[in-house]
Amino acid sequence: MSLESQELEELKSKIGRVPTSTELQIVAAEWSEHCSYKSSKRHLKMLPMDGPLVITEKGYDSGVLDVGDGYVVTAHIESHNHPSAVEPYGGAATGVGGVVRDILSAGTRPIAIFDGLRFGNIEKDKQARWLFKNAVTGVADYGNCLGIPTIGGEVEFDECYENYALVDVASVGFGKRENLIKNHAKKGDVVVLMGGSTGRDGIGGSQFASDSLETEDRSAVQIPDPFIEKLIIEAIIEARNEKLIHAMKDLGGGGLSCAVSETAEALDIGIEMDVDKVHTRESDMHPDEIMVSESQERMLIVTSKTKLKKLQSICKKFRIGCSVIGSVKFDNNVHVKKGKKTFAKMSADIIANATLLDLPSKKPAYLKNISKEKKFKIINDYSKIMMKLLASPNIASKIWVYSQYDHEVGIRTVIKPGADASVLRLDNGKYLSVKIDGNPKQCYINPREGAIGCFEEACRNVVCTGAKPIGMLDHLQFGSPKDPEIFWTFLESLKGLTDFAKDFEIPCIGGKVSLYNETPAGPIKPTPLIGVLGLIDKKPLIPQKIIEGDCLVIVGDTKDELGGSEYFEYIHKFIGGACPVVNFVDSKKNMNSILDLIQQQIPKIAHDCSKGGLAVAVSELCMTNKIGCKVSLDKIPGDKLTDERILFSESHSRYLLVVDKKNIKKLENILKKNKVSFQSIGEFSGEKIQFVNDTKSIIDLRVDKAHKTWINSLGDLVLHA
Amino acid sequence: MKVGVVVFPGSNCDRDMFHVLTDVFHLDAQYYWHDKELPKNIDAVILPGGFSYGDRLRAGVIAAHSPIIKDVQKMAEKGIPILGVCNGFQILVESGLLPGVLLKNDSLNFMCEWTDLIVENNTTPFTNQFKLNDKIPIPIANGEGKYYADDDTLKKLKKKNQIVFRYGDVVNGSSNRIAGVCNEDGNVVGMMPHPERAVESEINPIDNKPSSLIFESLLVKMGIKN
Repeated sequence: MSLESQELEELKSKIGRVPTSTELQIVAAEWSEHCSYKSSKRHLKMLPMDGPLVITEKGYDSGVLDVGDGYVVTAHIESHNHPSAVEPYGGAATGVGGVVRDILSAGTRPIAIFDGLRFGNIEKDKQARWLFKNAVTGVADYGNCLGIPTIGGEVEFDECYENYALVDVASVGFGKRENLIKNHAKKGDVVVLMGGSTGRDGIGGSQFASDSLETEDRSAVQIPDPFIEKLIIEAIIEARNEKLIHAMKDLGGGGLSCAVSETAEALDIGIEMDVDKVHTRESDMHPDEIMVSESQERMLIVTSKTKLKKLQSICKKFRIGCSVIGSVKFDNNVHVKKGKKTFAKMSADIIANATLLDLPSKKPAYLKNISKEKKFKIINDYSKIMMKLLASPNIASKIWVYSQYDHEVGIRTVIKPGADASVLRLDNGKYLSVKIDGNPKQCYINPREGAIGCFEEACRNVVCTGAKPIGMLDHLQFGSPKDPEIFWTFLESLKGLTDFAKDFEIPCIGGKVSLYNETPAGPIKPTPLIGVLGLIDKKPLIPQKIIEGDCLVIVGDTKDELGGSEYFEYIHKFIGGACPVVNFVDSKKNMNSILDLIQQQIPKIAHDCSKGGLAVAVSELCMTNKIGCKVSLDKIPGDKLTDERILFSESHSRYLLVVDKKNIKKLENILKKNKVSFQSIGEFSGEKIQFVNDTKSIIDLRVDKAHKTWINSLGDLVLHA
Repeated sequence: MKVGVVVFPGSNCDRDMFHVLTDVFHLDAQYYWHDKELPKNIDAVILPGGFSYGDRLRAGVIAAHSPIIKDVQKMAEKGIPILGVCNGFQILVESGLLPGVLLKNDSLNFMCEWTDLIVENNTTPFTNQFKLNDKIPIPIANGEGKYYADDDTLKKLKKKNQIVFRYGDVVNGSSNRIAGVCNEDGNVVGMMPHPERAVESEINPIDNKPSSLIFESLLVKMGIKN
């Protein structure tokens, strides 16, 4: 959990002497995988990061997009996997806190939180249930207290996360472009540490997160205090409005070490600081501990001596700590003192720039035969299978989760959780649509196509609200990069995402890499998580109530792509088969056509077809609208397939549209003109979800019965299993 | 007409309430920080929702000892309309301005969902535009929202017409499904649901009109609207 021997040699040769213990601690924190991205950085450059709406500022942890009329949106994604696997409540809560401070650092107010949660099999495993329940409470308690709505996310269970947890948190901020913090420093400026006190929690957290989880090192987990964070947010917004902040950085992984050295490096300055000036929770902390503590709710601010008084009075108003810990120098050194004694003095460039690795990669052996299918047991009753799927933890409604999150506070939430993507109203009359998506089952079978699929699915979801994708966040979560086979899956996923991003001109505005995600049973499945932000200039498509006689239309082809599907994995317990592949040309055509139709206000609802396939997507429409539907499987466009494959294939680029009968001609004309594959496949009426092939009934379910199972099963499982 | 919005450390619905008062109902509203005084010429006071002092000890209990609460008490005695929403309701209860107490929900979870309120008293400054038994679709968002009072207090509340809102359904285990109460004079009202989240059609998926009547009642009381 510290520097490797060749890294120590390298450090010695760079500084020309033996480092002090404080210097070693600082460098170990900053050169950890978590802070330095040393394994991934040289490859991440392949992602396109520029676009017409992207605003680039130095020293930002979040991405910035211009949404017009002088306003900007900021966004960032982080994970807190290692801490959450040990202490799910604190790990998840501090995960929220960290990403929110990244948004705040840019000078924007955080306006939404999103969470992606992954655990082992909660039907079998008590530990997974405990992790799940406590991680949800952690996100809820922290976000609710901050008054930032948690408006979207996803939850998935897979045996690859046994005794482990992936807790990903994204946040979005909003503000005026003129209020963005232009990170800079002037001669004579002071360095201020603001917020909570520094204690012995989270010591060495970034190194802890950069290794496989072998010991339950609880002292490496940070302790959450959302009340202090709320005060920090309000204090910083006030200080920002008064233009008191020259530069700002939140304290996250690596604590003061990283915040000080990264600020010095980004601004090309030196910082001299005194650990005695840091307000601490305990009186006898060693300088090393102060430098690497990851105590939460702290911000580093550079300001001038004249503005300092005002900043201090704001902190006094909110009763939060505000210590002047150092000053700006022009020697590019990070100089750590305790009183007059120097404990560390090194160039910020050396600290902030770990030597990047070029790790070997090799195609994993397991992929050789993965696309081959086995012989499946014959199923006679698909209605029964359907009920089983609707009750399964991955497909069941996540209302038990999002009803614990305040998703209304801030009064921006136009489309609320539970729909395809969540939509927020912005102050300039536009709307922001956001969705995060992952799919480790497909990414395991085909790391490249799986990752592209996640990206396209997130795009589909925002498109269903009428939004054009304008930016992407990627969070790449893998096992140990030192295993060439795992590293190969990382590179494949990254290349896939890059190809899609370039082709669709969606810039990557931020991201995170989390490696060494290993459980006692081995590495996790490749789990890239993609967040897509979409912008709506005029009106979002808010799902309207379905009534008797409304038509159901499918856009996009259904193909023989059941690899990684819920049907194969949950019903047949089979991992393998053909992973769904996104055809870029069709994908783009379908996306643009859906946006076209929404702009002309033709569909009442647009719904993405994904997990659980067509069967689940249609059922969701019926259940949420409490109305039946009769769907003809023989009309579904695409490959010629058996009924079960049509029902459960998870082919991408597919959308379900609900259309008033009187608009159907208009819709057909537009889709035909755009040369899109589509078909009118059914009509809403009655109280039953029915799938038929010609005259043969394949599925026949009562909507109320299906709804009861789907809506309650996850909560029942957590509370009563 | 001047409306004061009281802000405590940890309040988080203050800006939403302010937006509704100023941008939707065009009132002159002003924020007042918890350690400040309320001016004498104020016409109504609103305590918004949030997590004052991080809900430490018990929701609302620390904020109830803020300096500004003394002024709120004086205003209450003078008959000035005072509304506490969610954490604001908890603070009014903890400061003794309203009877009863708010406990953890029966589910033991934070609950954020839309529910129906039933109007039980249409004589307060915040309900005078309703008919009795009117239904209001409105969101709740709280962890400690279960209203509790002992039997004697409940009897008294009923007798003196102090039950202002009830939930249409059993939501969190509140005594007699109570969602909002008022003081004996009727000028101090506390409610757990959030009217400020329900008055704009864009974010209210059901019907924004009934919630608007809570604010319009105040306008009528103040003589701004007939």
